[in-house]
Amino acid sequence: MNITDFAALVQDDRVHTALYKDPAIFEEEMDRIFNNTWVWVAHASDVPAKNTFKTSWVGRQPVIVTRDRENKVHVLLNRCRHRAASVCEKKKGKASVFVCPYHGWSYDVDGKLRKVPHAKGYEEAFDTAQFPLISLRVEEYNGLIFATFKQDIEPLADFLGSAKKWIDLFMKQGAGFGVRTLGEHKFRFPGNWKIQLENTTDAYHFPIVHKTFLDSLDAETENVFDVLGQGGWVEDLGNGHSVMVMIPDLIDLEDNLDAPIPDRFADLAKELAAEGYPDDQVRRIVRAVGGSGFNLNLFPNVACSMAFFRVLRPVAVDETEITHVAIGMDGGPAAGNRARLRLHEHFQGPMGFGTPDDAEGWERVQRGARAGDDLWIMLNRGVDAPDGVAEAGHNAGDVSAETGMRAAYQMWKRMMSA
Amino acid sequence: MSIAPDTDLQENSVVTNAPTFEEAIAFIWAEADMLDRLDYKPWLKLWTQTGKYIIPVDRDADYVDALNIVYDDQEMREARAKRLLSGFSMSSAPPARTVRTVSRFVIEAQDESSITLRGAQMLAEYKYEHMRFLPADMRYHIVRAADGSLLFDEKVVTLINADDFQFGIGYLL
Ligand code: FES
Ligand SMILES: [Fe+2]
Repeated sequence: MNITDFAALVQDDRVHTALYKDPAIFEEEMDRIFNNTWVWVAHASDVPAKNTFKTSWVGRQPVIVTRDRENKVHVLLNRCRHRAASVCEKKKGKASVFVCPYHGWSYDVDGKLRKVPHAKGYEEAFDTAQFPLISLRVEEYNGLIFATFKQDIEPLADFLGSAKKWIDLFMKQGAGFGVRTLGEHKFRFPGNWKIQLENTTDAYHFPIVHKTFLDSLDAETENVFDVLGQGGWVEDLGNGHSVMVMIPDLIDLEDNLDAPIPDRFADLAKELAAEGYPDDQVRRIVRAVGGSGFNLNLFPNVACSMAFFRVLRPVAVDETEITHVAIGMDGGPAAGNRARLRLHEHFQGPMGFGTPDDAEGWERVQRGARAGDDLWIMLNRGVDAPDGVAEAGHNAGDVSAETGMRAAYQMWKRMMSA
Repeated sequence: MSIAPDTDLQENSVVTNAPTFEEAIAFIWAEADMLDRLDYKPWLKLWTQTGKYIIPVDRDADYVDALNIVYDDQEMREARAKRLLSGFSMSSAPPARTVRTVSRFVIEAQDESSITLRGAQMLAEYKYEHMRFLPADMRYHIVRAADGSLLFDEKVVTLINADDFQFGIGYLL
């Protein structure tokens, strides 16, 4: 098989195992996909005020997300224009200038080269305007900040398309307050990035891999997490994006506010009432604390999943870093955010009741993929009509269908053979 | 255990009730041995009812309002032990092998019924051709129970790379 014939490696219902283990394919993916589309870099609350920053990645390339004095967000390559030293090695913080520690070139937060020490040594014609930090194109949708190297790409809103409706629903977790990031877990697994991309809309594994998580819940909550038994669905949203609705009752967090408060949130509801929140607001907050009932996969690197952002970073063909960003209410009650943190710790992160089992599954996929050089990864589950209510005209399947994966791989094929 | 400090007799009992440095270290070593042997059921009994088992992400956070890797009360410890021993968690069945040593103890504080120690833990993990090292700074608040035995009231495991990436961890630190 000709390795540059990428289209031949993706069929309608299967993809070739080479996609997980060929280093040459990985290099091409970084160029053709990650350098060529909108890539998630931060949530707006990661850079909450002027002169705040966060470091991030676009594919393999380190960037700094900054907010300038006019509140405009910039995404800059984290590489000095002199001899390439990284200009920022902090995760986040406040800065009105980035001074390269090597020879002292200093940059404004919008990337402009402000000053070079001992400028006399340069020729007369040396023009600082020629050497800013490299800026990517940046756009934001409902707090999600994306950047791209491709200056002539379609607007972010067009790229997100049908996914925007789901982003808006997801942000209802602010319960009327803003949404803000509360902290993050980072972990790696020795496997290809697309293995985790697939997982975000894979409900099929949930009752099996997450049995011990389900066993740790009270009966009422365990029912909520019966993801295969509630008429959910998976829907192809175009451009590689997909949504998996696991708990249809939790699509819109502003619905059903009269429903009884679940036992696991009874103490929280009492605490909020005691703090003086009126009953309707208590109900709204409590419902938001549990998170949304769906996973929205945004191709290629971020998912809005229940109550957190799940960000993937391809490190090597067989190494991937995942960040689970816990989110909560900005300005909302501390008790509500505390409850969200404890829920997040329960499932997510390197010692959660869910994540290590997912990671083990992904590692096992990569290890198994060493066997058989001409075998395929099957994605043929669920071509039936959905039980739930996908948007008319959308390609959809029941909640355990592999529709989301097929959607992502069709986008992969489109971008890799463009 | 609360002790009124106003009589000679009780002053004496203060001395006998204070966990000594040596007792605390022996207690910590016994725990390390239990954890390497996955002996989680007796481990659950090493804690006060209100004790907290904490593995932070941020080195200097106010843990309760921050995201942690682990922030366990007794109920979560029990659920965690049950999960790890269930045989149904693919990350812990089979579990990685671990060998840990705990040392470099320093007394931070001591009063009539408790002792607070700092220490260092070196843990090696082996599974699937990987050897990994998880060094950590440790902090223990140890109290004496009514029956004279020692209990953890708090144990904080701050991994050397707490704020950087980890791998899935299918055992206890
Ligand atoms: S490398 Fe940055 S000033 Fe020289
Ligand atoms: Fe999972």
